[in-house]
Amino acid sequence: MRPDPGGCCCRRRPVRANSCVANGEVRNGYVRSSAAAAAAAAGQIHHVTENGGLYKRPFNEGFEETPMLVAVLTYVGYGVLTLFGYLRDFLRHWRIEKCHHATEREEQKDFVSLYQDFENFYTRNLYMRIRDNWNRPICSVPGARVDIMERQSHDYNWSFKYTGNVIKDVINMGSYNYLGFARNTGPCQEAAAKVLEEYGVGVCSTRQEIGNLDKHEELEKLVANFLGVEAAMAYGMGFATNSMNIPALVSKGCLILSDELNHASLVLGARLSGATIRVFKHNNMQSLEKLLKDAIVYGQPRTRRPWKKILILVEGIYSMEGSIVRLPEVIALKKKYKAYLYLDEAHSIGALGPTGRGVVDYFGLDPEDVDIMMGTFTKSFGASGGYIGGKKALIDYLRTHSHSAVYAASLSPPVAEQIITAMKCIMGQDGTTLGKECIQQLAENVRYFRRRLKSMGFIIYGNEDSPVVPLMLYMPAKIGAFGREMLKRNIGVVVVGFPATPIIESRARFCLSAAHTRETLDTALKEIDEVGDLLHLKYSRHRSVPLLDRPFDETTYEETED
Amino acid sequence: MATVAEQWVLVEMVQALYEAPAYHLILEGILILWIIRLLFSKTYKLQERSDLTLKEKEELIEEWQPEPLVPPVSKDHPALNYNIVSGPPSHNIVVNGKECINFASFNFLGLLDNPRLKAAALASLKKYGVGTCGPRGFYGTFDVHLDLEDRLAKFMKTEEAIIYSYGFATIASAIPAYSKRGDIVFVDKAACFAIQKGLQASRSDIKVFNHNDMDDLERLLKEQEIEDQKNPRKARVTRRFIIVEGLYMNTGTVCPLPELIDDIDLISANMENSLASIGGFCCGRSFVIDHQRLSGQGYCFSASLPPLLAAAAIEALNIMEENPGIFAVLKEKCKRIHKALQGIPGLKVVGESISPALHLQLEETTGCRERDVKLLQEIVTQCMDRGIALTQARYLEKEEKYLPPPSIRVVVTVEQTEEDLEKAASTISEVAQTVLL
Repeated sequence: MRPDPGGCCCRRRPVRANSCVANGEVRNGYVRSSAAAAAAAAGQIHHVTENGGLYKRPFNEGFEETPMLVAVLTYVGYGVLTLFGYLRDFLRHWRIEKCHHATEREEQKDFVSLYQDFENFYTRNLYMRIRDNWNRPICSVPGARVDIMERQSHDYNWSFKYTGNVIKDVINMGSYNYLGFARNTGPCQEAAAKVLEEYGVGVCSTRQEIGNLDKHEELEKLVANFLGVEAAMAYGMGFATNSMNIPALVSKGCLILSDELNHASLVLGARLSGATIRVFKHNNMQSLEKLLKDAIVYGQPRTRRPWKKILILVEGIYSMEGSIVRLPEVIALKKKYKAYLYLDEAHSIGALGPTGRGVVDYFGLDPEDVDIMMGTFTKSFGASGGYIGGKKALIDYLRTHSHSAVYAASLSPPVAEQIITAMKCIMGQDGTTLGKECIQQLAENVRYFRRRLKSMGFIIYGNEDSPVVPLMLYMPAKIGAFGREMLKRNIGVVVVGFPATPIIESRARFCLSAAHTRETLDTALKEIDEVGDLLHLKYSRHRSVPLLDRPFDETTYEETED
Repeated sequence: MATVAEQWVLVEMVQALYEAPAYHLILEGILILWIIRLLFSKTYKLQERSDLTLKEKEELIEEWQPEPLVPPVSKDHPALNYNIVSGPPSHNIVVNGKECINFASFNFLGLLDNPRLKAAALASLKKYGVGTCGPRGFYGTFDVHLDLEDRLAKFMKTEEAIIYSYGFATIASAIPAYSKRGDIVFVDKAACFAIQKGLQASRSDIKVFNHNDMDDLERLLKEQEIEDQKNPRKARVTRRFIIVEGLYMNTGTVCPLPELIDDIDLISANMENSLASIGGFCCGRSFVIDHQRLSGQGYCFSASLPPLLAAAAIEALNIMEENPGIFAVLKEKCKRIHKALQGIPGLKVVGESISPALHLQLEETTGCRERDVKLLQEIVTQCMDRGIALTQARYLEKEEKYLPPPSIRVVVTVEQTEEDLEKAASTISEVAQTVLL
């Protein structure tokens, strides 16, 4: 009845599967090979979750626990920084230290201050010290290698001057260029150039008025074909696709169940809609099921009326954690409780799946099961904009009621052409196998890179197949140090700290690309190894905590009613 | 000396304990035990949670039926079938297969098919490709963006500018970055939808004053002052903002800026109209603009503007700076068409004479919005048949706070000649006569 776990995930050890389906409840089972045995084998532990055949392939995701000493030192670090922050503020207030940042105008000094003092405390005293790791200006194509403009600061990052030098051929591990379509030569660029000559750059109108070009119609048909859905609609900005269409679909009296770590655009869209929002623990299906059950059984708070609709908001790949959504289980839950599913594939479209069709393809599921498939063209297609795909009735409704169709300008024609050419390439419709090769190259790069980093002893979060690789840094000083050391060695990385991540879990995030060759990855890995030794970043003790072991308490949700 | 006194007090206390009656001690003991029990017992659970049995819950789950995801849209919904434009939406536009003169795209300065713009964008495309593959914070800042921000700041004569990749998102992200829950915003009634969404996201108190009515605004401000005096502590932490539009898209009127204020803190603008590009920008003093670089949602969490669009915008600025006479030409044409459209039977012109975006509303409405919309659509279709491309102004009827009446949008561009203006006026006049009378 239960399919054998198969050979791929449990290479050398026999494993016991704890999966079970009881009482119609969907439950996560997981496998943990004995710690001692696994530690010997390539120093890795695999966690496979299967559930009575819902998963057609092994699902390896792990989040290693933060070592206790590191957590304590991180808090101490932030404590010291805060104290120094207060000291500096004090000195600035009494004019002992020069105040570098802009201040209010004289005439407005007795107005209520525009910014709250505490809001800016973090910016002034922590962010400013390591500000040179972000907003690095570049002056070439954001491909596998990029040219960065050199900046210097003589006043501790309060202001920057451009020296005029350019740091050439920096290995780019920060841009979202999963399939390598960010190029300034090749068929995509040529097609875009031709369309630019013919159509110009702007549109000067909205979709519903006179901004609907034949290029848009062509693009939408192609997107629907690519995704395997009935119809699709394209928008000019990925962020706006979420924030303007979720309010069109749900309203007051509906319930939104949103993952803990959803992107700001999903959160904004959910808030603007006026529906009730409840948050479930990240990728935790028990938490989601409890919320669904309680919602249907108890109805709306206080009035006890039944909810009009329930919408589940999840993402394909979560870009800060590198985790992939447990889509088969979400779809099983959605069918059982008659909820609707909104899947945001901003990072996963093109990057996952044997044919690059995203997370639905990765799990081998039917695209018709997902009610609303949303995604962006920025990451894997090297363009900009977003799309929503689904049934024809849904798209007809969005064409008439989406905020973007009525009030915002449509996609620029050369950008639309870039998407069309890139998509045709991925689908293989341009007559070459370039698309397939890129997808395979990306998958190989991902597996290789993650395996090597783990074997070096770093703590890496996320799913084994996700092209987003977060490497944990934890301590605030290491955030700045890592970014700067890597740039010295000609590698551009992205480091993230609070508030994008929890305060002690700051990390460096690598985005792999099909454009990276094996040599490039090896060079990068060598440098990361060096810097890891220099900064003592190799925290891993190979004790991963499967998501289920994270404490699960009764009070799982918070209601936020606007 | 003090310690002896303390000891003496302690001795007294112990004595009192011995001398107290037994029931008193027992009562105190019980009270202490009760407090300890309350401290350690579980939180109070609502009674209802234990009332439903498992079977009842399962039945409820079985019975519940949600609404369909979207309500069905009728086939002849006025906004369902878009006009399809083949080719570029320039001066001579091909809509639904018919060749027309474009009076509907916001291409005020005619820069949409300007060869210089196209050349600049092409050069940028050859250098950078199309997309930026990242937000501004993570290797998405190109030198083109920095150039554009500099140029915009200089053009608008402010200290700093910040660009967004989408016109709508510009003001909708700028407002919540400054105004939070508890702050007060005074906004004009005819504010566009993007401003309304920004205000909704900010969760501030909104006070609306009548369109372009400075007396009404003053009245609201005075009322607020009285409120402040009643509660000075709250007033000290409440920020106040006034939001107005330069040229109102919904009414074609200009705001009376000199009466309003002597200095502006933040200017937000859209590059999708005159600059014939995509995106938007905000400009003002560094103190104000810098804040958006970390708290503007549409800036931090979204990919940056594709470089070819930024290059096109820079070239458009170049053209505007080299050729300042173009604005006077546009003003003349606006006045011309405003005059020519007066006196069309059944339609009235809404908008100032210098505004390049006018509205034509029905002089007398039929009473039902749907019928008005149908009539106007009939006029638009017939005009398109005769070679003048017009469009109705589109709104989300259920979402707008103050829904403007249905109207036809007429846009004046620099590329339209005398003959075009004459032809447009006469065509609209003829068609209006046939349809409305």
